[in-house]
Amino acid sequence: MLYSKTVMDHFKNPRNVGIIENADGIGEVGNPLCGDMMTIYLKIEDQKIKEIKFQTFGCGSAIAVSSILTELAIHKTIEAAKKITNKDVAKALEGLPKNKLHCSNLGADALQLAIKDYEAKKSGKTKPEPRRETEAHIPMHKKEGQKQCYCPYCDAKLSKKTTFCKACQSELDQEH
Amino acid sequence: MRNLIKRYRSKTQNIMKKINLDHISVNPMPPKVQDAMIKAIKQNYGNPSSLNAGGEQAAEVLENARGQVAKLINCKNNKEVIFTSGGTESANHAIKGIAFANAEKGKHIVTSNIEHSSVIRSIKRLTQLGYKATSVSVDKKGRVNPKDIKKALTDETILVSVMHGNNEIGTIQPIEEIARITKEKKIPFHSDAANTVGVIPIDVQKLGADILSFASNPYYGPTGVGGLYIRRGLNIWPMLDGGIQEKNKRAGTENLIGIIGMGAAAKLAMEKMDKRSEHLKNLKKLLISELPSYIDEYIINGDPENSLQNLISVSVKYIEGESILLMLEDAGYIVSTRSACATGSLRASHVLLSIGLKHEDAQGTIVITPGIENKKEDIIGFLKALKKIVTTLREISPLYK
Repeated sequence: MLYSKTVMDHFKNPRNVGIIENADGIGEVGNPLCGDMMTIYLKIEDQKIKEIKFQTFGCGSAIAVSSILTELAIHKTIEAAKKITNKDVAKALEGLPKNKLHCSNLGADALQLAIKDYEAKKSGKTKPEPRRETEAHIPMHKKEGQKQCYCPYCDAKLSKKTTFCKACQSELDQEH
Repeated sequence: MRNLIKRYRSKTQNIMKKINLDHISVNPMPPKVQDAMIKAIKQNYGNPSSLNAGGEQAAEVLENARGQVAKLINCKNNKEVIFTSGGTESANHAIKGIAFANAEKGKHIVTSNIEHSSVIRSIKRLTQLGYKATSVSVDKKGRVNPKDIKKALTDETILVSVMHGNNEIGTIQPIEEIARITKEKKIPFHSDAANTVGVIPIDVQKLGADILSFASNPYYGPTGVGGLYIRRGLNIWPMLDGGIQEKNKRAGTENLIGIIGMGAAAKLAMEKMDKRSEHLKNLKKLLISELPSYIDEYIINGDPENSLQNLISVSVKYIEGESILLMLEDAGYIVSTRSACATGSLRASHVLLSIGLKHEDAQGTIVITPGIENKKEDIIGFLKALKKIVTTLREISPLYK
């Protein structure tokens, strides 16, 4: 099986699906080019997330990510919710397939945007623009703190100025 | 006791028989093919290249299978058929073999935008060796215009490669018309016919391609064995060098058991071609005509007039294919998807983008390929399950309003 039991459980029985009318905060992320789009709706009371709902267009892991995120965030204070990262979400799901880590694990990003939207509304500022990438997404190929580029598909070292990984025969979207 | 029953139930549920509507990935072998192969294993044949009695006997059954496969494509000279390890090897052999043999004449190849990866990547590999390629686009139905092929030809062109039946949308290409052009210009013409040989009637004399690659599993033969029709006199290098097997075109001791299975499947496919075709056409017609009563807002891809009778490609709007696939499997139905999310590379299908689908719609594409053992009830059951799943997933989707 491609996915862990937790992923399958959240995919088959997603929690907190839907829209909140007059939500206090809305966060939208995604990229229709590579397939996943998520919207998170928040209802805030006493600086706590009283209600959270989501809508997702995407694969099994994208739906599971959104579902478990709502469970992680609900009843948390805003300060605590701000600390939720995509890594936490993947961990709560008992891991995601490597190639899905970047593209479908957008739940925490959507939550952070929704919180920003709430804070902006409260202070009377304009709403932040939804984060929609217009170009096909490019998986991370540079490891943190390193100059060397690595193939996003097989992790092999890449020589400079190549659009082809000789180790795994993958075409790369961008010159390295 | 209750625990025992529970355990038994969970066990039987796990092996609950699922309805296979994904025959493009796997076909069950009919008993006649299985029997032929089992009999062959028990015979312990010799090496067809050996001059002893065991070897001669092996060579005889090998040539018998070759005859069965040649007959399936109406090839008059059995020597024009060689056996390989499958459709991929055949396509690689055809493209690279012709390119290498004709390198002195020129290094330009013409192909189409919707080829199988074995063709695309073979040609891409050649471009690393200095070959140039022109890929012609297709129309909304996925058809290549032969005039575009003609325009793309140059004095340097040494190969044209256009597939016969597409594995994602089912469109059948005008191979005869393209062959007329290549014949006039004396350029070798390869057609990847893995999805059509044994599925629809094929006559290599009429089709006109100089080299045809195909496999045994699409017509209910074993996997790991395929064939290549090479018109006599065509200049081509072998991909595997070694002994003089397969008329000096493919070295290495033959996969005799697989080849015997392929031959038996070819014989069966010929006998049952009309019956199978009619059955599959009826299932496809039923699915397409009933679909509107179950779901709305979808696109049926491909060319309604020139299409494989065993393939239906449907793009369901606002939802994603891998989700549909996982839920369908849970409901007991197996299909395949062309969503980027379900591929290792996470890229949208080049075929679907080539016919002008939007990325979002390509994401919701499922490919349904019924087989000879499917019944009308399977199609109706599938549609009922699909309806439920589409409703569930659209409720979750932000794109569906």
